[in-house]
Amino acid sequence: MLETVAHVFTDYTLRNVALGSALLGVVGGVLGAFAVLRRQSLLGDVLAHAALPGICLAFLLTGSKVPLLLLLGGGLAGWLASLGVLAVLRHTRLPEDSALGVMLSSFFGFGVALLTFIQHSNNARQAGLDQFIFGQAATIVASDVLNFMVLGGLALFIVGLFYKEFKLLSFDPAYAHSLGLPVRGLGTLLTSLTVLAVMVGLQTVGVVLMAALLIAPAAAARQWTDRLSTLIGLAALFGALAGVSGALLSASRENLPTGPLVVITMSAILLVSLFFAPLRGLVWDWARARQHRRRVYLERLLLDAHVLYNHEQLSPQTLALRRRESAAVARRHLEVLRALGWVEPNQNGYALTPTGHQKAHELEQAMRVLPKTVEGK
Amino acid sequence: MNADLVITLTAILVSVASALLGTFLVLRRMALMSDAISHAALPGIVLAYWLSGGERATPVALAGAAAAGLVTVTLVEWLTRSGKVKNDAAIGIVFPALFSLGVLAVSLYFRQVHLDLDAVLYGEIAYAPFNTLTLGGREIPESWLIMGSLALLNLLFVLLFYKELKLATFDAGLAAALGFAPGVLHYALMTLVSFTAVGAFQSVGAILIVAFLIIPPATAYLLTERLPVMIGLAVGVGVVSSLAGYALAIWLDASIAGMMATVAGICFALAFFFSPLEGLLTTRIRRERDRLLVAARLLVAHLAHHDRPVSEQEVIEEFAWNPRFLKRVRHKALQMGWLEVTQGGLRPRHPPQ
Repeated sequence: MLETVAHVFTDYTLRNVALGSALLGVVGGVLGAFAVLRRQSLLGDVLAHAALPGICLAFLLTGSKVPLLLLLGGGLAGWLASLGVLAVLRHTRLPEDSALGVMLSSFFGFGVALLTFIQHSNNARQAGLDQFIFGQAATIVASDVLNFMVLGGLALFIVGLFYKEFKLLSFDPAYAHSLGLPVRGLGTLLTSLTVLAVMVGLQTVGVVLMAALLIAPAAAARQWTDRLSTLIGLAALFGALAGVSGALLSASRENLPTGPLVVITMSAILLVSLFFAPLRGLVWDWARARQHRRRVYLERLLLDAHVLYNHEQLSPQTLALRRRESAAVARRHLEVLRALGWVEPNQNGYALTPTGHQKAHELEQAMRVLPKTVEGK
Repeated sequence: MNADLVITLTAILVSVASALLGTFLVLRRMALMSDAISHAALPGIVLAYWLSGGERATPVALAGAAAAGLVTVTLVEWLTRSGKVKNDAAIGIVFPALFSLGVLAVSLYFRQVHLDLDAVLYGEIAYAPFNTLTLGGREIPESWLIMGSLALLNLLFVLLFYKELKLATFDAGLAAALGFAPGVLHYALMTLVSFTAVGAFQSVGAILIVAFLIIPPATAYLLTERLPVMIGLAVGVGVVSSLAGYALAIWLDASIAGMMATVAGICFALAFFFSPLEGLLTTRIRRERDRLLVAARLLVAHLAHHDRPVSEQEVIEEFAWNPRFLKRVRHKALQMGWLEVTQGGLRPRHPPQ
């Protein structure tokens, strides 16, 4: 592994691949943060698929495989598809996911048809066109990295320029509108930037996996913070991390494609975030829920003991009868209460300690409020 | 057997099987789950392939893909319920991860085997005539058997559980309260979607199956508000796309499934613009007609206040209409029989009583 890391600085190909993937992770993470917040997570998926006919048409019209030209074609097609989604949503009752699905699959179907049309036309220059579309990170060269830098840098620069506006747009579009901001224009700008990010990513991870690189970094970052600026920073960091480690992993053995590895690394980061992020992590949720359940359980146990002590006698037998459990379990329960210092053994069985009384009293006071609020409703 | 016949009938069976389920996916706002399932089926197929020791038997692949489909659905549900991510993000997280695992497994272990990624992603329906098996002494295409059974299975499912599906789709709360177990229905539907996706893999491919599941039902959705009609229309659009797509693909020498999806997309665009229900142009034309009708009524009411014919110039000044609009309003009013054009100008026409 260390050897692989060392390779990044010496190996020309690996350096380009790692750098390209990292750049993609950063740009995807930042723009994905906004997409996820605006509940447009799957737009990236749609755009990535919809780019296909654009790329093919660009090739058919110009006959060249210059990446920038193909990206331009793909971008235009993706942009058209997103306009299509908006138009369908504005003018029909069709739900959002169906609108996205229709545009995704019809554009992609058309793209597949065009691609095969090109392949069957025996155009010698078409070779490698499908690699471009389905991602071949291993073929990233220095000029590609330069393209990524320029395009990604442009996207990030614009995000920085309109940061305040985009923030407002993502959290409270109605308020943004009332402030007189051009909400629709800003939304289109943000979507267009996402198109740009997707186009940059196409070449590296391919059509299908691009969606993950927009969504997962933002979703992971969301678990760690409530602040947008931190979220964006973390998303960029996670994206870059996944990009670099995916590239390194794929270089460590043969036959390991980079794109899927980047996505899998990203999914691992996401899983860790989901489970272990402080405050929001699932593990802490479970711990809290468990603690809560245990408290409620002990309180009910004490109340039962309290009732028994006041009215008859508190012993494993009576407790077992009241709680419909076996005497052995009841005996264990009494031991638990005793360990808490709430009951102590006496000649009849058990008695509540002063602390136990105090606690039971408090609980009863608290519970007395309950019926009233329920009735008052 | 005639290759055209094999291919078109396979495509029709795929589109029928898909339209039946897709209708409910679209109505239940789960259209993109089909995208997720069709991608996530890949690791399931690879796993089944590996477990069965390199057999490429369809039943095993179906089982593997169905398992993968259920894993996808469960994971998405779990992620959504945990409240950590929204539903759309959950879909977008789960399927690329599973798909990546599948791609990785293929490139690591099955590189040399005929589990061609391109074939899985695109599918190639043109090969359908070559895969045949003998059944009762007659040779029939494998794809007919697979897709035919799936279409039949889906049809049975929809027929048997029509009432439950309808209720769970339009009022999940009531369905649950009546004890219809919408959860079970949900998973049953998703299992069938996984089956259908895998069954159609060889013919239309992982990604294009989404087109067959979503576009025809979405098109039908724009054309009707009645569920049985929607199912029928969805099947119809699917069949038309299959036939026309095939013809176009042959003509242009392009991917058959891709062309079918393209035609389905065109059907959707036509419905979007021209649906009598809420088509963009239809609505516009209707709105324009209503506007003219209102204006014509206004004009006639205005004319009725005068004892004399009113010149068009006066009307234009009165209502601040431009002359071209007046001409159209006049035409409409004449058409409706509300107006007379006399020497001195316009005048309301009294009904001949």
